[in-house]
Amino acid sequence: MKIDLTETTSSKINSALVQARRDIGTPAIGMVLTLVIVTDEENAYDALKSAYDASHEHPSRILVVIKRVSRSPRSRRDARLDAEIRVGADAGTGETVVLRLHGELVDHAQSVVLPLLLPDAPVVVWWPEFSPADLAGDPLGALGQRRITDTYAAEDPLAALSGRAAAYAPGDTDLSWTRITPWRSMLAAALDQQRVSIVSATVEGEEDNPSCELLAMWLADRLHVPVERKPSNGPGLTSVRLETKEGAVVLDRADGGLATLRMPGQPDRAVALKRRETAELLAEELRRLDPDNTYASALKFGVSRLAASASASAAPAEAAEAPAAKPKPARKATAK
Amino acid sequence: MSGNGATNPLRDAQDRRLPRIAGPSGLVIFGVTGDLSRKKLMPAVYDLANRGLLPPGFSLIGFARREWEHEDFAQEVYEAVKQHARTPFREEVWQQLVQGCRFVQGDFGDDQAFETLKATIEELDKAQGTGGNFAFYLSVPPKFFPKVVQQLKDHGLAQKEGSWRRAVIEKPFGHDLKSAEELNKVVHEVFPRDEVFRIDHYLGKETVQNILALRFANTMFEPIWNRSYVDHVQITMAEDIGIGGRAGYYDGIGAARDVIQNHLLQLLALTAMEEPGSFHPKALVAEKLKVLSAVEIPEDLGKHTVRAQYTSAWQGGEKVVGYLEEDGIDPRSKTDTYAAIRLEINNRRWAGVPFYLRTGKRLGRRVTEIAVVFKRAPYLPFESGATEELGQNALVIRVQPDEGVTVRFGSKVPGTSMEVRDVTMDFAYGESFTESSPEAYERLILDVLLGDANLFPRHQEVELSWNILDPIEEYWDKHGKPAQYAAGTWGPVEADEMLARDGRSWRRP
Repeated sequence: MKIDLTETTSSKINSALVQARRDIGTPAIGMVLTLVIVTDEENAYDALKSAYDASHEHPSRILVVIKRVSRSPRSRRDARLDAEIRVGADAGTGETVVLRLHGELVDHAQSVVLPLLLPDAPVVVWWPEFSPADLAGDPLGALGQRRITDTYAAEDPLAALSGRAAAYAPGDTDLSWTRITPWRSMLAAALDQQRVSIVSATVEGEEDNPSCELLAMWLADRLHVPVERKPSNGPGLTSVRLETKEGAVVLDRADGGLATLRMPGQPDRAVALKRRETAELLAEELRRLDPDNTYASALKFGVSRLAASASASAAPAEAAEAPAAKPKPARKATAK
Repeated sequence: MSGNGATNPLRDAQDRRLPRIAGPSGLVIFGVTGDLSRKKLMPAVYDLANRGLLPPGFSLIGFARREWEHEDFAQEVYEAVKQHARTPFREEVWQQLVQGCRFVQGDFGDDQAFETLKATIEELDKAQGTGGNFAFYLSVPPKFFPKVVQQLKDHGLAQKEGSWRRAVIEKPFGHDLKSAEELNKVVHEVFPRDEVFRIDHYLGKETVQNILALRFANTMFEPIWNRSYVDHVQITMAEDIGIGGRAGYYDGIGAARDVIQNHLLQLLALTAMEEPGSFHPKALVAEKLKVLSAVEIPEDLGKHTVRAQYTSAWQGGEKVVGYLEEDGIDPRSKTDTYAAIRLEINNRRWAGVPFYLRTGKRLGRRVTEIAVVFKRAPYLPFESGATEELGQNALVIRVQPDEGVTVRFGSKVPGTSMEVRDVTMDFAYGESFTESSPEAYERLILDVLLGDANLFPRHQEVELSWNILDPIEEYWDKHGKPAQYAAGTWGPVEADEMLARDGRSWRRP
């Protein structure tokens, strides 16, 4: 069921929602959260589609906030709110309100969203493309306890990562981080099998892919060894190499689908590491709504420190290899 | 500073995104050509791989009489996965899985075949790095258990230094206390007690695990979860199908042995047990054992138990035959296809609260649920007639097919007069998509590989359950014969009378 409201207000939208639910005969639905999507007209369709798919696992009220661009001084003065309400089969498993904000109202989106939040349920704010520098300080971001961004979509992903690190508040998260969960779990499982001492690591992947940086920073943060970041042609992440005294542990994915795990003294094994759709990433992201401390710790390691550690380690790491590979100089290098 | 032996530097308790992945291991399925294997086990293995929960190099060995090559087996797995897997088919996941697929052809009495199996396991340890860790899934009729287990022992497959070997067995765990004890003895002689996993697939269901969450994570249910507020509990497992092709197995076993002994008594234990100290398998099993040993059967079994057989009738638009007319069934068979019993639990929490358990084939529809029915409010300050349509409050845990929880309570009917009627409040688990509601077998196979025994009944539980059921079966054997109910209904009138004697009635699930 679809209802269009032009020049409307939040309270009119609320009563339309109640009416719509009553009309289709499902007065109460077990919605678990409110998902606020902040986007523009071009990206709204894809974002909403992913959110619908994710809503099968997390029935939610989806509020799409579209900030319309005003091209004349008169339209900038005119504040107007249009809403499109979708309930039932048209709205995934929950209900959806697409909000179009015109004119001055663009700067006061939180005033529209606040009355439409589900009572007593968590709020998640998602910026599929452009996100403000300070998420928690943003008026819309402040409404949510979980704030999802995607540095992969940023113009300069590395600068975006540094920005995220500088303004980090508990509850911030990044789909570029979500993308590497399968890699991280496979690497952790590999080290479960063999307790080896790691001397250094290399992460290889597309140049403009912040996931590679995040994985490298996570490794550097957890292992306290120099981690080198190498560019490749992709797709996405292509390989991770952990150097140990016994040989290298390598997780290699050339084609974006099937990877190979090589470990010293063991046969090569095939591992499925598929690249995931946005809907799956979002579903994983909504599964936990508490702050992700591991992400914070990896993010705060810092892109610049990663670059420094890799270049500094190039010389000392080789020198250290001769006398029984002491981890100490390497550690100093990472601590810079 | 990394990997100094004790801990894995990449693991962190705070990092809750990383799932539990089983260590290097493999699964050997005996009776791999069977229905269970094709419809449940192989798809579950694929689904686990698809969710990234299987270790790299995971291997699957099929063992059966069929004359197959490895490729034929792989093809069979492929088709089973395509047809029955829950998650979408992905070529790369399949590529990962197929590398570890092997087939061993032979009879259970064939020494040569078990030598081949041993060689295959050793070959996989080298080629796939499975590290000697194997679980043996006995998806075969119970009469073959002793043979297979003995063969595993004789060929040195049951134990290996520095790695684990586990046995997985399916119900039935015997057909009475004596046979169950014998079976346990046979298996425990070969495999250590902690390495034997008994599959009760009901315990792998999300909703069943949710009973624990519902009871012990919330404050609002526990205060009323006792004899002061609960009037009675009804646990139902109804099937709409007949015995299908299982005549050989079913006749002589019957509904009570097939379902009540394992599934329903496990559900009863989870519903009625006290809070365990922790979710450690030992703590959980201790509480379940306590409540199962407090279960008491009624003195007059004739009045408080009912068994029945379905008769020919129209069911849901189809004409179906009665139990005695089914292929392969002795027309004089006394086997029960419906069983209902009343149990009481003798402890402070439950004394005097009856637990009604019922199960049957060819009932109205397929449903499994636990209904906790509460006492009526002690005083109703309404005019007479206002609460005529008000029933008892109830909390219903729906185990299948529509997993969820329903609460029934009274509410005022809109209008000028005060009239109270029952309404329901419903919670349903999300459906389809990515990770929601994994199949029970996925969870259980993963737990076997991880060595987590929480969702598997222990041998003491099996023996205690037989202890409860044996006297009832004995009574049925000696007294009278099964009642009758038309297929497609909710059981015989005798069952309704059984509850009417207590002043209650069955819920229509």
